[in-house]
Amino acid sequence: MVQSLDRSQGRAGGLAADASAAPATFTGNRALQIEEPLIFEMGQPGRCGVDLPEPPKVKDRLNGLKRAGEIGLPGLSEPQVVQHYTRLSQKNYAIDMGVYPLGSCTMKHNPRINEKVARLPGIGDLHPLQPVSTVQGALELIDRLAHWLKALTGMPAVAMSPAAGAHGEMCGMMAIAAALEARGERVRRKVVLAPESAHGTNPATAAALGFTVKPIPANERGRVDLAALKAALGPDVAAIMLTNPNTCGLFESEIVEISKAVHDAGAFFYCDGANFNAIVGRVRPGDLGVDCMHINLHKTFSTPHGGGGPGAGPVVLSAALAPYAPYPWIVKDGDKWRVAEDGAAVDGKPLGRLKAFHGQMGMFTRALSYIMSHGADGLKQVAEDAVLSANYVMASLQDVMTPAFEGPCMHEALFDDSFLKDTGVSTLDFAKAMIDEGYHPMTMYFPLVVHGAMLIEPTESQAKEDLDLFIAALRSLAERAKSGTAEEEFKAAPRFAPRRRLDETLAARKPVLRWRPSNNPPEGDPMKQAAE
Amino acid sequence: MRYLPLTPTDRRDMLGVVGAKSVDELFRDVPASARLPGKVAGLPDHLGELEVERAFQDYAAKNVSPSTAPFFIGAGAYRHHVPSTVDYMIQRGEFLTSYTPYQPEITQGTLQYLFEFQTQVSLLTGMEVANASMYDGSTGASEAVLMANRITRRAKALISGGLHPHYRSIIETTAHWQGYSAVAGKVDPEGLEDLIAQVDKETSCVVVQNPSFFGHVRDFAKLAEACRVAGALLIVVVTEVVSLGLIKPPGEMGADIVVCEGQSIGNGLGFGGPYVGLFATRDKYVRQMPGRLVGETFDADGKRGFVLTLSTREQHIRREKATSNICTNAGLCALAFTVHMTLLGEAGFRRLAELNHAKASELADRVAAVPGVTLLNDSFFNEFTVRLPKPAAPVVEALADKRILGGVPVSRLIPNDPSVEDLLLLAATETATEAGMGPLIAGLKEVL
Repeated sequence: MVQSLDRSQGRAGGLAADASAAPATFTGNRALQIEEPLIFEMGQPGRCGVDLPEPPKVKDRLNGLKRAGEIGLPGLSEPQVVQHYTRLSQKNYAIDMGVYPLGSCTMKHNPRINEKVARLPGIGDLHPLQPVSTVQGALELIDRLAHWLKALTGMPAVAMSPAAGAHGEMCGMMAIAAALEARGERVRRKVVLAPESAHGTNPATAAALGFTVKPIPANERGRVDLAALKAALGPDVAAIMLTNPNTCGLFESEIVEISKAVHDAGAFFYCDGANFNAIVGRVRPGDLGVDCMHINLHKTFSTPHGGGGPGAGPVVLSAALAPYAPYPWIVKDGDKWRVAEDGAAVDGKPLGRLKAFHGQMGMFTRALSYIMSHGADGLKQVAEDAVLSANYVMASLQDVMTPAFEGPCMHEALFDDSFLKDTGVSTLDFAKAMIDEGYHPMTMYFPLVVHGAMLIEPTESQAKEDLDLFIAALRSLAERAKSGTAEEEFKAAPRFAPRRRLDETLAARKPVLRWRPSNNPPEGDPMKQAAE
Repeated sequence: MRYLPLTPTDRRDMLGVVGAKSVDELFRDVPASARLPGKVAGLPDHLGELEVERAFQDYAAKNVSPSTAPFFIGAGAYRHHVPSTVDYMIQRGEFLTSYTPYQPEITQGTLQYLFEFQTQVSLLTGMEVANASMYDGSTGASEAVLMANRITRRAKALISGGLHPHYRSIIETTAHWQGYSAVAGKVDPEGLEDLIAQVDKETSCVVVQNPSFFGHVRDFAKLAEACRVAGALLIVVVTEVVSLGLIKPPGEMGADIVVCEGQSIGNGLGFGGPYVGLFATRDKYVRQMPGRLVGETFDADGKRGFVLTLSTREQHIRREKATSNICTNAGLCALAFTVHMTLLGEAGFRRLAELNHAKASELADRVAAVPGVTLLNDSFFNEFTVRLPKPAAPVVEALADKRILGGVPVSRLIPNDPSVEDLLLLAATETATEAGMGPLIAGLKEVL
């Protein structure tokens, strides 16, 4: 089980030639690309990466339930741990490395001052249940971020505790359900309308709360078909869930008519705020008739995406929904802050509790630092530069790729795959070829309403010369694809990444979701092969 | 503005390529009534890094950090020493500024550490399979109940009176709005609860915590058997994951789903978040699991690699039929957890648990010797409950006035219940020292 020199771990063995045609190496490494085993294949009993004192001998008070037998954790020294994770880190693409145009995810620059202030002992090292007299600054900080979020959205209230965007959606839709319950209409209003282009979280959230989801078609301009929406609105409709700017990267130009129709029908307007970066500091959702909207702090306000979280999803609420905000509420009495932590302690009809303690404080701190760094002037410029950059990409590529809809777009440029027609190259192949050119691919095959969708979100963080190189690379790929001679080259991509295309069907058909001693018989060990 | 690379010349040139006279033209789809004439009113303009840092130092100065005071608070979040390597690793840009590994060829770093994380969680909990993390333990517990409801096709969850009150409240909130039933047992400070008689043919699951919110260490093997007979699932919640270094894991007691708050390993207190939820179950239930899963596979050259898998459970594929609406998890906090756990290894993790138990044992004996104080626990790991001769909340406030962070009054989490008014929860981890315990004991003697 210990294979400290087995860096290949492949069925084909360490010396197998790969399709990139470069000669194989003894180790399987490629200079800076080091093959890395699992920690479970590296450990040795007797090694440890921490030095802890010998515990005093005390009689245990564990009710006779002391753990027997080995847990099975490997033992590694500190330098091994540092090398392991450093090598792993070098197999990742990241915002810090270049253009990361993952549409709908807003992969913008993550400033390091945000990390620094989140780690100040007086902020990062606080227990959520310390006496409130000892955390006045922390509560004030949360309230300050809440103030900015309310001002930027033009909404009167905000629920801070949701842990991520999807959690915020759950919070917002629960608030709507609570308002309907208070009106005695919850049983009658069972339908939630959502455009066909909606994020998957929208229907998933609505369905979890017992609503029936009815799709609303888009018109030929990529917007909600207003006539179809009006036809679908009736006394059974609870809410519409709408992303604006929408997932096609377009502003819903009839948004005021939409919100009026929704409200006239007695329903609520849930806005998915995933794309707030396009309008932050320039347009306030409250002015569009929104009843509630979650804000992904890891998108618009740059808290790090961290390989898939943590996020934070505060939800701004209209006056009609504000009384139902979940506790805790941060309240100011005179010059003292307190936390209202249960239903009896607040002046409202809170829908309950969604998360332990007070929310994602670490994300609040980073987001507030980002917001203060930009200020009202800088945030407006963020939206403008993000929208300008996306339009620049779209305009620069429209003769070789096919924009899905007529512009201008907002902060992301959506292309379909018709420019690849009859080339044998798919959206997937095109994306994988981008990897060899040194870019993270755009979002693929979303939104579902566009065939072979490619959703490019450059964000405001890229210099023009970097955008120009990115555009030239995509142009070159599009021309190569259309030349009709490069199909095999695209199908073989990526060739220069730490791994080539992975067999996802195998992974799903025979799931191997953890290491076990028997998972990987030691084969292809270069030392063993050398000995033979 | 230091974060924005475009210059006025760049913007002018780019507008030229786009064919727009001004950036306003690009916003022409926004209804005129919603176009702000300038920036949002009443908010300050941008600040330099120095000014931003000062502002946060001002916030920090208004708080009392545990690093500057005797500290004995737990109740679901625990202060442990986190090795420097952990915080260095999670700040590497390749981890910090990457996203969900949708493109596995260039995110093997994230995928491999999540695969290792899943394995560590399976081993710690004694379960067969674990996911790539949840938001935190509290939301994970609620997702576990939903999962049990799906598996059993029943809609009644039985909640132990020893479950963390916030966790219970989240389950009750979800139950109310998602339309199932959550029956909570009586608050159980003494650790004497027996739920077996309440498990019936309508019960989808029983949710217990070990050690309980009040600190008691319990054996759930008989309860697991009762669940099995009734066709219900046993969900075991662990809010102090370090306890698994010393206590028999839930998997060996017959748990069907195990949810842990993983904050104690690798993640600081952070005033309550972000934390990391650990979620483990049996192989046969994996397709009903919420959250992301990483699986092993091979690439076109036959090299081992990792991918996100079984995504047909998830919202972006299944939409309204998904097992959960969860999208983002707690990737970076899971990295902190797994780096710290790798540093500890078998020997370090066990020793860490023993140190915690020893410190808490010492604290329990010393607190119980204070006149008027009664220890409620025969068993505990690193946290226990004491009954004071008067209400605990003002006692904790009086200690705070002496700059001693001396535990959590139970009434803060279970308000308006006279039976818990005098109860105080105290925790001691490996970070506890004589320099902290001495003042706490002296402070208690003065205040009581």
